[in-house]
Amino acid sequence: MGQRLDFERPLQELEDKITELHAFMEEKNVDLSDEVSRLQKRLSKMEGEIYENLTAWNRVQLARHPERPTTSDYIERIFEDFLELHGDRLFGDDEAIVGGIATFEGQPVTVIGHQRGKDTKENLRRNFGMPHPEGYRKALRLMKQAEKFQRPVIFLLDTKGAFPGKAAEERGQSEAIARNLIEMAGLTVPIICIVIGEGASGGALAIGVGNHVHMLENSWYSVISPEGAAALLWKDSSLAQQAADTMKITAPDLKELNVIDEIIPEVRGGAHRNVEEQSKAIKAALVKSLEELTQLTKEELVNHRYEKYRNIGQYRFVTDTIGLK
Amino acid sequence: MLKDLFNKKKKYATVPSDKIKQDVPEGIMTKCPGCKSIIYTKELEKSHKVCVKCGYHHQMSAPERLKDTLDHGSFRELDAEMISENPLSFPDYVERLEKDQKKSSLNEAVVTGEGTIDGYRTAIAVMDARFRMGSMGSVVGEKITRAIEHAHKEKIPFIIFTASGGARMQEGVLSLMQMAKTSVALKRFSDDGGLFISIMTHPTTGGVSASFASVGDFNFAEPKALIGFAGRRIIEQTIREDLPEDFQTAEFLLHHGQLDRVIHRADMKKTLSQVLMIHGNRGGE
Repeated sequence: MGQRLDFERPLQELEDKITELHAFMEEKNVDLSDEVSRLQKRLSKMEGEIYENLTAWNRVQLARHPERPTTSDYIERIFEDFLELHGDRLFGDDEAIVGGIATFEGQPVTVIGHQRGKDTKENLRRNFGMPHPEGYRKALRLMKQAEKFQRPVIFLLDTKGAFPGKAAEERGQSEAIARNLIEMAGLTVPIICIVIGEGASGGALAIGVGNHVHMLENSWYSVISPEGAAALLWKDSSLAQQAADTMKITAPDLKELNVIDEIIPEVRGGAHRNVEEQSKAIKAALVKSLEELTQLTKEELVNHRYEKYRNIGQYRFVTDTIGLK
Repeated sequence: MLKDLFNKKKKYATVPSDKIKQDVPEGIMTKCPGCKSIIYTKELEKSHKVCVKCGYHHQMSAPERLKDTLDHGSFRELDAEMISENPLSFPDYVERLEKDQKKSSLNEAVVTGEGTIDGYRTAIAVMDARFRMGSMGSVVGEKITRAIEHAHKEKIPFIIFTASGGARMQEGVLSLMQMAKTSVALKRFSDDGGLFISIMTHPTTGGVSASFASVGDFNFAEPKALIGFAGRRIIEQTIREDLPEDFQTAEFLLHHGQLDRVIHRADMKKTLSQVLMIHGNRGGE
């Protein structure tokens, strides 16, 4: 079942009780199956209550679950013939981003994603999934390669942000992100982006300008992390839970704001509970998106992306303008 | 009279700019943050708001910048009436906007329009750091996008002076998406041969630095302007080491190959004019 989160504690208690009863039944050779099935019913009801009423903060917790599947977990289950490709040809190879070629349902694709580590050692190597400019430039190189050979590009987003470091600034973190936004705007192949965990700020958007953008049910995507928002707005990062709510960062929020296309349902309790099932759900969303987007010509794809982003935002007009004198 | 107090009409940004200038006159003297010397404000204005003693570039408002850059009387504003909504129902956001509207006499953090530089027509956007730190929400993104589209339609260049703390927190993911919105417009403009000049002024950081500001056909900056993606304090906390004094200044960026030139404000108009001239028809007629 994996590590439990604080809001899952009542479930844990019930499960422990059921396990205890089973042990007791075996040990004493008594039949308590009525009691067990009563508890199991209660557990299932409680699961429903908890998982169908997740707060924004609960979803953030799930998105950060230590066992949450990463980009490579999904790549190996969703794609075939994956061949990882390295390096930006300019400076180095950033392991916070993985990318390569593969087939999806027999069709050639390029797949690129942020890559967190599974443990401390891997996290150090992968910089906790926080890319440097060379990571974004590797992504750019691979998407231009995909364009040359006219295969769709699939991006998996999962980052706490672009890395805030000295070297990153020296090598042009801003330019690397900005350049990707521009180039993704004009790419003549289908682009599908899926937020699988955390989607923080420009570091996520830098591989996030797609024809379709989907989010896993318990992922989040915003201009800043809840902690960052709390620190900036209220000078108190402990107000992160409140910020998670106020900032409207969950998949249902973004659907409501017309920023994303589909919410990909997660298995009950979060993607980490069943990676195989979760991969199937993502696969289904990809099949549907590709079916739709491969109908479009190069020009239509670029225009489709233009219209999508051109219309995001809310504003109005007043008549009593001050204007400029 | 008393009744009026209770029937206060809800209005947005009703303070006329002329009035505010009279009510709050600039001090006769200004202290230079660069060399701490006291300068006549009138003298400062004559020298493009650059300290004659130490060369410190004092911050310019959008109206001051337009006056300093464009030919006299040539500016025609676009979308001045556009104002922000409160899409996330963010607490205090509307009040803060109204406060900054009064303070700056602007409806939002960017002024856009068209004008001429030594006779060359150009679309122009100028961000104003006095308004919500020049941050980009839906209105800033939309106005810049419309200015780019205007340049595209008129086949004239697009020039932007950036001054921004980044994306506007109070509009959440919608602010983030303005980076993508301005990018799709710039890409279309650029593919059609449009000339885009970006001039980064103090400060240009976060989501503005990481979108249009960094992808000009020409990337210019003013001396000593702070330009960068992440904040200095966050970087120091992350890497636990002291950063060089000139870190994230225009000169630092120039040294690391991120800028074409650092340009003194007194040479700005001349340089822009030169670029426009060399681009012939694309520089407007």
